[in-house]
Amino acid sequence: MAFEYAPAPESRAVVDIAPSYGLFIDGEFTEASGGKVFKTISPSTEEVLSEVAQGSAEDVDRAVKAARKAFEKWSALPGAERAKYLFRIARIIQERSRELAVLETLDNGKPIKETRDADLPLVAAHFFYYAGWADKLDHAGYGANPRPLGVAGQVIPWNFPLLMLAWKIAPALATGNTVVLKPAETTPLSALFFADICRQAGLPKGVVNIVTGDGTTGAALVAHEGVNKVAFTGSTAVGKAIARTVAGTDKKLTLELGGKGANIVFDDAPIDQAVEGIVNGIFFNQGQVCCAGSRLLVQESIHDELLDSLKRRLSTLRLGDPLDKNTDIGAINSAEQLARITELADSGETEGAERWAPACELPENGFWFRPTLFTGVTQAHRIAREEIFGPVLSVLTFRTPGEAVAKANNSQYGLSAGIWTEKGSRMLAVAGKLRAGVIWANTFNKFDPTSPFGGFKESGFGREGGRHGLEAYLDV
Amino acid sequence: MPTTVPAHGNDAAGRLKELADATASDSALRRFLHGLPGVDAVGLEARAASLGTRSIKTSSKAYAIDLAISMIDLTTLEGADTPGKVRALAAKAVNPDPTDRTTPRTAAVCVYPDMVATAKAVLAGTDVKVASVATAFPAGRAALPVKLADTRDAIEAGADEIDMVIDRGAFLAGRYMDVLEEIRAVKAECGDRARLKVIFETGELSTYDNIRRASWIGMLAGADFIKTSTGKVAVNATPANTLLMLEAVRDFRALTGVQVGVKPAGGIRTTKDAIKFLVLVNETVGEEWLDNTWFRFGASSLLNDLLMQRQKLSTGRYSGPDYVTVD
Repeated sequence: MAFEYAPAPESRAVVDIAPSYGLFIDGEFTEASGGKVFKTISPSTEEVLSEVAQGSAEDVDRAVKAARKAFEKWSALPGAERAKYLFRIARIIQERSRELAVLETLDNGKPIKETRDADLPLVAAHFFYYAGWADKLDHAGYGANPRPLGVAGQVIPWNFPLLMLAWKIAPALATGNTVVLKPAETTPLSALFFADICRQAGLPKGVVNIVTGDGTTGAALVAHEGVNKVAFTGSTAVGKAIARTVAGTDKKLTLELGGKGANIVFDDAPIDQAVEGIVNGIFFNQGQVCCAGSRLLVQESIHDELLDSLKRRLSTLRLGDPLDKNTDIGAINSAEQLARITELADSGETEGAERWAPACELPENGFWFRPTLFTGVTQAHRIAREEIFGPVLSVLTFRTPGEAVAKANNSQYGLSAGIWTEKGSRMLAVAGKLRAGVIWANTFNKFDPTSPFGGFKESGFGREGGRHGLEAYLDV
Repeated sequence: MPTTVPAHGNDAAGRLKELADATASDSALRRFLHGLPGVDAVGLEARAASLGTRSIKTSSKAYAIDLAISMIDLTTLEGADTPGKVRALAAKAVNPDPTDRTTPRTAAVCVYPDMVATAKAVLAGTDVKVASVATAFPAGRAALPVKLADTRDAIEAGADEIDMVIDRGAFLAGRYMDVLEEIRAVKAECGDRARLKVIFETGELSTYDNIRRASWIGMLAGADFIKTSTGKVAVNATPANTLLMLEAVRDFRALTGVQVGVKPAGGIRTTKDAIKFLVLVNETVGEEWLDNTWFRFGASSLLNDLLMQRQKLSTGRYSGPDYVTVD
């Protein structure tokens, strides 16, 4: 008998999803003005979870006006008072973290072990961290009495729905701004649960408003004249459109866009841990991570050895029901995203790279993609240049540190990079030459609220997290 | 005895020659050991911890408990050991739970050399092995002839397995060749009469890099098993050092085709802990190591916890320490 793990699914009973949700404006759930709704489904089963309101330009206008009205009082509160609300929100998130983790897994498709062990602890940590800053803004290095900007219009993606909400809302509220947030179309539920948490925390009406909808809703929010600050995380294409919209206005803008992170493994790397780091870099959240280490740059002399180890390791990944605690790889977020991953992966084969994936069964329903790697990739291949945003790793080789740096930097993006070597001087020398916002040393995909995050080149501008993250919401 | 399986790749002969060259001189051995991939402590411990979160329940738990029982080297290594205690322990190894005869036997009983004959008398005719900690256990601070005599005594008294400790002083001083040659000498003494388990005392080796190097010295010298610790120091078996040793035996087999066993020892007391170690084995080296020829637990108190959990699975209720034998 083989050592089979018994299925251990988290109970869905801990989360109570309503059949429909309205928009959260001025502290109340209201219907959309046009009365239009759309369905949100579970990517692992295609089951309909709920119906959500499609916010119109009129709804966005109502939300911005509510935020504008709330701004007068909220921004006038002493920092310590705002901190109290933020601490309260952070504690409620911790208390409800199991419920929120299950909800996020249902709506997004990512494994429960990631929502439970990575997303939710980080969400709470961000609120705690920025709560701590609320009464210390005079000491943040931006001079005495830095002022908030006003109403922040925030548009977030579907890969880390609640975590991206925390990255956006926590610093905005800590600095005295009020917020209109549009969650992604495919993952709106955790933001609506967050609206309920705001009420539970007694947050004044209008300080946080949630307007669900598709791209048109987001566009209306970004273009609204009452918005003083736009923050967007998502694709580079949409980011460029937003930059065009905002250009010429006095709105402040931060963009956190795509990436094609290089994960560089030198021949003196701790191989077993590098294999784990590569797996974590590209298969965490099914590779649907803007800072994913999607380009593996491996020193030629250890290519075969490392690839053998990597393939052996990939063969042990467990793909399936995301609610099962034993699951490593969950579902792709949407049919649309699955089609995009499939198309790009196929182009890798067409262009001559060698495709490999472990033999694992895919569930019948839902959107699934095998963890896949391509060897023999060159800089000229599409899979080495375009962001796939899925569990597809492109493996390239290099011979010298100079070549590694040149290849790593040869990208339109510059969000993240990883370096694996046991030699400290090489680590520092290479890190200093890489054009990327985040560089991990002998690790990958580690996040912390105290650490700034953001990109170079087409990966965007502005920083979130840390003391740097305050600047985007202050008039400095 | 090590089972030989075909090495990967076409250049197995070349790889074996490379290994032979590595042990040709002190400096060659040093170069080889220091050329092994480094170990990143943070990453190693994170991986071990993440495997500890696998959920093992119901049927998989029942399987894991029986597997763990069958992998135990039921151990007593006290100065106060008496023949009576050893006889009781040996009887328990054969029949761990008198209330349930379906309970598997443990793999072995592990005692000091002077108790081997006592244990052997009880175990005669069963497949439970007698292991003995020879070679001046636990400090290992005796001259080689003394260690060899200790080993010979234990084997002549009937020991099937010898658990030897390495000379940590020599290792920490960088005299790798001395360590290797001592293991070789003891292995030669064992011949085909006993399997040799080499104990590194990982808590005293301090760094993960050292543990990987010690693992390779042991394997190059012909160890049948590599074992974490004596159970006599503050830090004994941990998920991280066991994961590291599993990676070493995996790499060694890929290189040479020779399979070596792993034995974490000391500090593993609960079913939950034991199952975490089995998950490490399952996901690092796979089912080829998932039997007591290739994986052992050096433990004494672990067995009772496994038995209580086993009773709980069959009766639905927790019994308590009075429902299992004390030794």
